[in-house]
Amino acid sequence: MAIFINENTPILIQGFTGRIGTFHSQEMIDYGTNVVGGVTPGKGGTTHLGRPVFNTVKGAVDETGAEASIVFVPPPFAADAIMEAADAGIKYCVCITDGIPAQDMIRVKRYMRRYKKEQRMRLTGPNCAGTISPGRAMLGIMPGHIYKQGRVGIIGRSGTLGYEAASQMKALGIGVSTSVGIGGDPINGASFRDILEEFEKDPETDMVLMIGEIGGPQEAEAGQYAAKHMKKPVAAYIAGLSAPKGRRMGHAGAIVSSFGESAAEKVEILKGAGVTICPTPADMGETVAKVLSTLKKVA
Amino acid sequence: MDIHEYQAKELLTKFGVPIPRGGLAYSPEQATYRANEIGGSKWVVKAQIHSGARGKAGGIKLCRTDNELWQAADEMLGKRLATIQTGPQGKLVSRLYIEEATDIDREFYLSFIMDRAAERIVVVASAAGGMEIEEISKREPDSILRVAVDPAVGMQAFQAREIVFGLGIEPDLVQRVERLILGAYRAFRDLDATMVEINPLVITKERNVLALDAKMSFDENALFRRPQISELRDKSQEDPRETYASDRGLSYVGLDGDIGCVVNGAGLAMATLDMIKLAGGEPANFLDIGGGASPERVQKSFRAVLKDKNVKALLVNVFAGINRCDWVAKGVVEAIRELDIKMPVVVRLAGTNVEEGIKILEASNLPIIAAENLGDAARKAVAAAKAA
Repeated sequence: MAIFINENTPILIQGFTGRIGTFHSQEMIDYGTNVVGGVTPGKGGTTHLGRPVFNTVKGAVDETGAEASIVFVPPPFAADAIMEAADAGIKYCVCITDGIPAQDMIRVKRYMRRYKKEQRMRLTGPNCAGTISPGRAMLGIMPGHIYKQGRVGIIGRSGTLGYEAASQMKALGIGVSTSVGIGGDPINGASFRDILEEFEKDPETDMVLMIGEIGGPQEAEAGQYAAKHMKKPVAAYIAGLSAPKGRRMGHAGAIVSSFGESAAEKVEILKGAGVTICPTPADMGETVAKVLSTLKKVA
Repeated sequence: MDIHEYQAKELLTKFGVPIPRGGLAYSPEQATYRANEIGGSKWVVKAQIHSGARGKAGGIKLCRTDNELWQAADEMLGKRLATIQTGPQGKLVSRLYIEEATDIDREFYLSFIMDRAAERIVVVASAAGGMEIEEISKREPDSILRVAVDPAVGMQAFQAREIVFGLGIEPDLVQRVERLILGAYRAFRDLDATMVEINPLVITKERNVLALDAKMSFDENALFRRPQISELRDKSQEDPRETYASDRGLSYVGLDGDIGCVVNGAGLAMATLDMIKLAGGEPANFLDIGGGASPERVQKSFRAVLKDKNVKALLVNVFAGINRCDWVAKGVVEAIRELDIKMPVVVRLAGTNVEEGIKILEASNLPIIAAENLGDAARKAVAAAKAA
């Protein structure tokens, strides 16, 4: 099952023929992802990487039945591309683009609400590494080989820190059901809480590792959700213990601007919600292993 | 991106926000000239630095004579002003804003923020003006009014009126404050701001409504479509280490420690700093070299980190995803040779082609300390910095 994508999900690439789009599309195809085509306005009717190119997302969905898409469109046009996907009936969209203006994302989020909840597109990102269901499908820019197929869900803001976690887990023989990047921007698509909800429902996921960071209310909100609504255990690491207040640490959203946004405060809130905290970023794999072993004992 | 008070006021006034009469001065002579130009009998000399809380730090002075003006300007210019927001090193004062003094009757707090929970622009106001918002939320939390703006239609006049009446503004001034709020909102929206703060918004004894102080910050992701905002950047207000790095497309934040960090990815970079702290050391910087750790970028990053003279050891932590470790290793070796680096360099590589990468590091005969994992890298870097 996994969440969002599997080996059968028909996938569309937005910004297909550009340099970055081309490189990563090939990687996704090589991984075994079911890429059914791409969109580049003005290049409709041509073929790229053996797949058809379309002028519009609607046209592509009509022809190919695409259900998920990935956006490589440059920042000035990315918000438009996401809204086009939402309007064309794409169910799940990953936006990789880094550098989208925050007000554009506010408009995107508002636009998506015009659809009824059942028909509303799920968005993850922007400014993320994408989503992978190891051994099945990759909708992102991650190195697929560092993920072992398994039963732990990962949700993270950062790309490389997510790779770090996946490879620590792989070294201990622990695999991943799906890893979802939600991105480092202040206004993003699905939140930690939204993805926890999906993992809780997924019969192929036993526990979830959350990799958060300073800034914003989402980690704390996810902790509250886990405490109230989840049976599956959650572990977490929050990056940015040493980040000074008011400084932006790389990600547009990684900034402590108000109460509850520092790493120490988030750790306290999560602990209070019964989430197992990874003491250091070098212990993410070990912490997951410990939580899994208690699950086995209970079983 | 932050700008100065006088710049924020110039922008806001174009959107119909009333401000006191004022002018810029770069010297004591200009300060007195400006005051005469403005007229009146009382003026305020305001140090222009990127920080709030300037008054308590001596950066705002009320003057009544040319002599007082000249002296106040002379004292401030060319000095570093340290506020509770700048830290002890302070920020350089090279411009002053000379403003007519106002007789304040009432003070209010007004700001516009990008609210991450609401995912909307939110207006925050309080009748307890003249304090920082943190202080207001501690002392008079019930006085804080919040209104979220629907991005589909923008701020409506009734929302501005809700604030105006919530603040208890007298009937004769309702329209003027309403127009000010809507104007400041349009400035926020049209200029891609992330924050507009008018604190205090005042009603004078002569029944004028004025933005007495103004602060604006902008979304760096939106600067591509706001060249007029990019022009307002003042590099003298930045940490020179950060200016150097940002001019070269690197994401860098200067810190106070002695271990220079070169990492790919913002999250991994933050985690690396955490790991150094937990291992008992102090990082000198945050640095994300971004996607594709090409040899050129590695070299640029080394140069940026070494601008900081406190650095005693370097820690390179790269998780090669789409790029390869052997390529990164080549870049590290080239950079150490090219820049003739003598201090210890701890290198941790992970991901694609890691064995080939480590072979290249070992074959270089350079003072490179290879680390196996994140924890090992931090411990070795801390030990190397302590030994240096």
